[in-house]
Amino acid sequence: MLRVLLLTLSVVAIAHAELCKPDAQNAFKVRLSIKTALGDNAYAWDANEEYLFKAMMAFAMRRYSSKSMTQISNILLCNVTDRVSFWFVVTDSSENVTTVPGSEVEAAIRMNRNRINSAFLLSDKTLQFLKITPTLSPPVEPSTPVWLIVFGVVLCLILAGIVFLVVAGIRQRKKKNKESTERENLEEKCEVTITVENGIPCEALDLKAGHINGVFAADNERFTSL
Amino acid sequence: GFLIPYFIMLIAEGMPLLYLELAVGQRMRQGSIGAWKIISPYLCGVGVASVVVSFFLSMYYNVINAWAFWYLFHSFQDPLPWATCPLNSNRTGYDEECEKTSSTQYFWYRQTLNISPSLEASGSVQWEQALCLTLAWLVVYLCILRGTASTGKVVYVTASLPYCVLIIYLIRGLTLHGAVNGLIYMFTPKLEQLSNPKAWISAATQIFFSLGLGFGSLIAFASYNESSNNCERHAVIVSLINSTTSIFASIVTFSIYGFKATFNYESCLNKVILLLMNTFDLEEGSLTADNLSEMKDYLMATHPQEYAQLSPQLKNCSLEAELDTAVQGTGLAFIVYSEAIKNMEVPQLYSVLYFVMLLMLGIGSMLGNTAAILTPLTDSRAIATRFPKEVISGAVCFINCVIGLIFTMEAGNYWFDIFNDYAATLSLLLIVLVETIAVCYIYGIRRFEKDLYTMIGRKPNWYWKLMWAFASPLLIISLFIFYLTDYILTGTLQYQAWDATQGQLVTKDYPGHALAVIGLLVAASTMCIPLGALVTFIRKRLKRESVSTTA
Repeated sequence: MLRVLLLTLSVVAIAHAELCKPDAQNAFKVRLSIKTALGDNAYAWDANEEYLFKAMMAFAMRRYSSKSMTQISNILLCNVTDRVSFWFVVTDSSENVTTVPGSEVEAAIRMNRNRINSAFLLSDKTLQFLKITPTLSPPVEPSTPVWLIVFGVVLCLILAGIVFLVVAGIRQRKKKNKESTERENLEEKCEVTITVENGIPCEALDLKAGHINGVFAADNERFTSL
Repeated sequence: GFLIPYFIMLIAEGMPLLYLELAVGQRMRQGSIGAWKIISPYLCGVGVASVVVSFFLSMYYNVINAWAFWYLFHSFQDPLPWATCPLNSNRTGYDEECEKTSSTQYFWYRQTLNISPSLEASGSVQWEQALCLTLAWLVVYLCILRGTASTGKVVYVTASLPYCVLIIYLIRGLTLHGAVNGLIYMFTPKLEQLSNPKAWISAATQIFFSLGLGFGSLIAFASYNESSNNCERHAVIVSLINSTTSIFASIVTFSIYGFKATFNYESCLNKVILLLMNTFDLEEGSLTADNLSEMKDYLMATHPQEYAQLSPQLKNCSLEAELDTAVQGTGLAFIVYSEAIKNMEVPQLYSVLYFVMLLMLGIGSMLGNTAAILTPLTDSRAIATRFPKEVISGAVCFINCVIGLIFTMEAGNYWFDIFNDYAATLSLLLIVLVETIAVCYIYGIRRFEKDLYTMIGRKPNWYWKLMWAFASPLLIISLFIFYLTDYILTGTLQYQAWDATQGQLVTKDYPGHALAVIGLLVAASTMCIPLGALVTFIRKRLKRESVSTTA
């Protein structure tokens, strides 16, 4: 009786060892980077954490397929290293001899990745299932790009400034023209005497068009001060 | 290491030439074309050459402001768009090109410029860049609209704001981790670099550009000064303030550069550590930066085959190599700084500050350039009496904007580099050389001394006369010789093109039409000087003949 028991136990153990080994069929390698993620709050990886992992895997399998009856004892872990990396397989719930196909396990993990990550306080980068690439979430894109809004604001301000300055310049010029015509009208009525040189009022002369003679425009230093 | 040639060039070239130009402008009271005509009628070509160089410069320089606007508008997002790579089409990883290079380089080359693989593949105009360019020209138009009076007020803002931002960045930069590495790198003189003439050439060009010599803008601005303005004191003060600002800005730049280099070095180390830990399943924290080399030897001894498989991926991380990665030209301002900013806390604030400062500096330079073009136009009676100031400035801005659309095409950055490297450098040297020789030998240094005496009341001392008459012309001639020998030695001209498949820059030769454009750029401005002399000579000859025939 004892011998039969020992035989079955050893068979089971060998079977387990054959099912879960590195690069076995339907086996996945998991790598955790706890210290990177949590720093000082890092927990140690021990048998309890392994139990939690098995529980999460069983949960994922059950959630993925409603008729699955995966138990914690169906999840086999092996080759745990100091890095904290290990291999695991999910065996069939009815017979503990065959493994669940890798595609099903992968789909189950993908579906529940968030829950698995948060159970261990880790993220996609720090809890890696090496054959399963994570689906990255796209960044949030607003309907109008932000830069166009800022561009529009600045553009309106600049255009307003230009229009204001141009209009002010035109108005100033109109005022100047009006003043000079007013003065001519007044001059005709002989009410204001205006300096006239050769029949041309001095204000109408375009001083900018003339050349300044350097000899006569010399500084006051040339003349002895009083 | 750059400081020694920089200071020597400043004292030998910068200050004397600045004084010269300010004095000429103040004395002749006209823009560059009129001023040189007064000095000698054969020299009207010098003024025209200055205007042509300023015209080329204003064509391409505003594109930098357009890029600064682009980055500024994109700084209002969280996270910054150049901080992370975009995802590829099926969302399993990051975009391929972005993986090969860094996210900041990807943002610059792909999302800002959308650069084509070579100069020949022109591509289409990027509408986003065209919009930013139009905005930049509108801003410039707003500032120069009313002439120099309004420009003077705007410059108060554009000159003082960068100082505030630089101070903020100085405090932030010096407190960054790894900034000290950059500062040590900046201040250690590299004696072998001094023997390389390229360092001296770039120091001289840097002085010319930052002081604005040879563009005609100094003469234009000085012509608005009163005649008794003490331009000697102003020249010395301006050049000293300019250099102090340059040193201040380079301290900030190098501390940020050191931060970036240290950050990259540490990320490289972390990648190597992660790779080793994952391959050999070592415990986390057993590999650190300090024991990395010993652990590598240990692993090589204990697991030789796996280590040999891994060794092509193990990069040798070196801080020196990171500090030595020189980024060329405008890329420096955008790539290096955006990379450093994305790693700081509250990156949006620093990003906005930095690009506002860059805009202020760029717009300030543009104002000087456009003033150099507009002053001769408004001085000439033919144009000034027929059109008001606003229309002339508007026409200049519009023409430049339309031409500038070339630089917003996919190959636009290559054309930009052509203009940046060749439009101004050689022509400026020649213009400044002709200016010094003209004032010293054609106009006569004694006459110039007397003019200065009437203006300031003091004759220039022996230092200025020595610099003007001998040192500066000799230096410029030797720089010319260096340039030409360098060109002859390297043979054909080459440029850096972005290869999207490799994710880095590759060197290519310029095609024929690009070489023609380069030749045209250099010839257009330098030929003005002899052409001007020739035209004046012919005109005088014709006048003399007509006088003699009538008499």
